Amino acid sequence: MSNNREAAASRRLPARALAAVGLGLTLFAGVSLADDHGEAMEMSNGSIIGSTCMGCHGFEGKGSGNIPRLAGLPKEVIAGKMLAYKSDGQEGTVMNRIAKGYSDEEIQAVSEFFANQ
Amino acid sequence: MSLSRRGFLKLSMAMAGVGAVTGLAGCQSNGSVTGAKRVVVIGGGFGGATAAKYVKLFDPTVDVTMIDGQSSHTTCPFSNLVIGGLKDIDEITHDFSALEKRGVNVVKGWVTGIDAEARTVTLKDGSSYEYDRLVVSPGIDFNYDAIEGYSEEVANTTMPHAWQAGEQTLLLRKQLEEMEDGGTFIMAAPPNPFRCPPGPYERVSLVANYLKENKPNSKILVLDPKTGFSKEPLFREGWTANYGNMIEWIGGDFGGGVTKVDPDTMTVTAGGTEYQGDVINVIPSQKAGWIAHEAGLADDSGWCPINTGTYESTMKPGVHVVGDACIGSPLPKSGFAANSQAKNCAAAIVAMFHNENPPEPSWVNTCYSLVAPDYGISVAAVYEVKEGKTVSVEGAGGVSPLGGKNAEKEAGYAHDWYASITEDIWGS
Ligand SMILES: Cc1cc2nc3c(=O)[nH]c(=O)nc-3n(C[C@H](O)[C@H](O)[C@H](O)COP(=O)(O)OP(=O)(O)OC[C@H]3O[C@@H](n4cnc5c(N)ncnc54)[C@H](O)[C@@H]3O)c2cc1C
Repeated sequence: MSNNREAAASRRLPARALAAVGLGLTLFAGVSLADDHGEAMEMSNGSIIGSTCMGCHGFEGKGSGNIPRLAGLPKEVIAGKMLAYKSDGQEGTVMNRIAKGYSDEEIQAVSEFFANQ
Repeated sequence: MSLSRRGFLKLSMAMAGVGAVTGLAGCQSNGSVTGAKRVVVIGGGFGGATAAKYVKLFDPTVDVTMIDGQSSHTTCPFSNLVIGGLKDIDEITHDFSALEKRGVNVVKGWVTGIDAEARTVTLKDGSSYEYDRLVVSPGIDFNYDAIEGYSEEVANTTMPHAWQAGEQTLLLRKQLEEMEDGGTFIMAAPPNPFRCPPGPYERVSLVANYLKENKPNSKILVLDPKTGFSKEPLFREGWTANYGNMIEWIGGDFGGGVTKVDPDTMTVTAGGTEYQGDVINVIPSQKAGWIAHEAGLADDSGWCPINTGTYESTMKPGVHVVGDACIGSPLPKSGFAANSQAKNCAAAIVAMFHNENPPEPSWVNTCYSLVAPDYGISVAAVYEVKEGKTVSVEGAGGVSPLGGKNAEKEAGYAHDWYASITEDIWGS
């Protein structure tokens, strides 16, 4: 499963480049929209998982009250926490139940996504 | 590794060159002028507003129009806190200005028709909008006929459902405030499947909290057609700890299913017995929102079948259904799930526009319930696609431990969750 995911992610690069050639004109308009209306978000396995984490961790992972900020933390720190929750090495409330839902590769991908926010 | 949207845009800008400037003029107003793809979204609630925002986030060149019959959305999540007197309705009402700032074209109006062949939607005022892809997230509607004597009119006057937030929430709150000490609050709970499985039980918890503090001789009776309910051991433990035996629950195997109501005598009938109440909250059985039926998107179950991951309707191509209206199981009909679904749907739509494979779908759901203001419980699950089907990941998810050791912390997290998800959808 995780191998498939990585393959799917890397397949996207040439497809995007091709689309960029074909849609150059409208995409230029998109640049102005992105500038006016805030940054765009990458579309990847990491960002899809990450976007669903935002339900609690806030848009772009900026945190809320006692729910920690993830945006901009080092990738290793986020991944380390997730792996600790997954193995029950660290006790939380809901995070032990959630971290067990992801493969180690997915944890790396989502950690990288938040590290880059 | 994937190419970030930022990199993607830079690349396309370099390729498009200066000639593209001509494309700028028309782009805001009408996608068809520039050839931009058009997405129309019906509903500005949990599913719809998320879909509108995330299509725009994943590809700012897409022309996105979001249509809602109301100019703001009052959330069902935390509406039980309004009923229990812990929050004001304004605190759970969100306007669409942040979406407009992102470039979403927000239209106020009720959609009355969808033509999936012509790819247009029509509004009550006669105006119409063309789309390349349509997202439908209208929430729920009620099977009023399932209970004899119940109707929309009865709901709006004497026996509110308060299962869509707004006027209904305020009506139930008012009735509760006017009830005398020693009165009986009756809830007729709905059969499966329905919006927010733990919702009815959170509601009676927060009603109990209000009564305990203000009208301590009152009683709560829950009449339920089901033989059990979400997070039942946790709710029961919390009820005993916080409210003694104020809440009585009668399940389906003991004749709990309400079949008849009489607003004149303020009685309900369940299992052949008549019960009298001072405040009666009737939550009827549910189905997908009206427009989904009108447009032929729902099957005999009353809900909308969809394809895994993309949320494209199996009944009408080009139309995607997310949120409570879709058959999204094993995800529950929750705001969190609607938000998660809409993000996967938005990615699938943008990928389709670019003839790409969408990222692997992934979902999470966490539902907090407040048993008391400082006593929270949760249920969580992570979902993936396996052999073409959405399944919950084995070994993950589950409910809070019994014993209440995390209850105070989880009550705090419930509030932080609400702030986060509403900011994610309507706030920035
Ligand atoms: C009491 C209660 C408590 C809840 N608590 C929680 C909770 O704690 N956590 C959680 O995750 N979920 C909770 N939920 C569930 C949550 O409210 C729903 O699952 C969620 O709202 C579903 O989102 P949706 O987009 O499908 O519908 P909605 O959010 O209801 O949005 C539908 C929107 O579509 C608009 N609309 C409908 N038809 C049309 C039309 N024809 N034309 C134009 N606009 C239209 C409506 O005006 C509305 O704004 C709760 C529900 C209830 C009732």
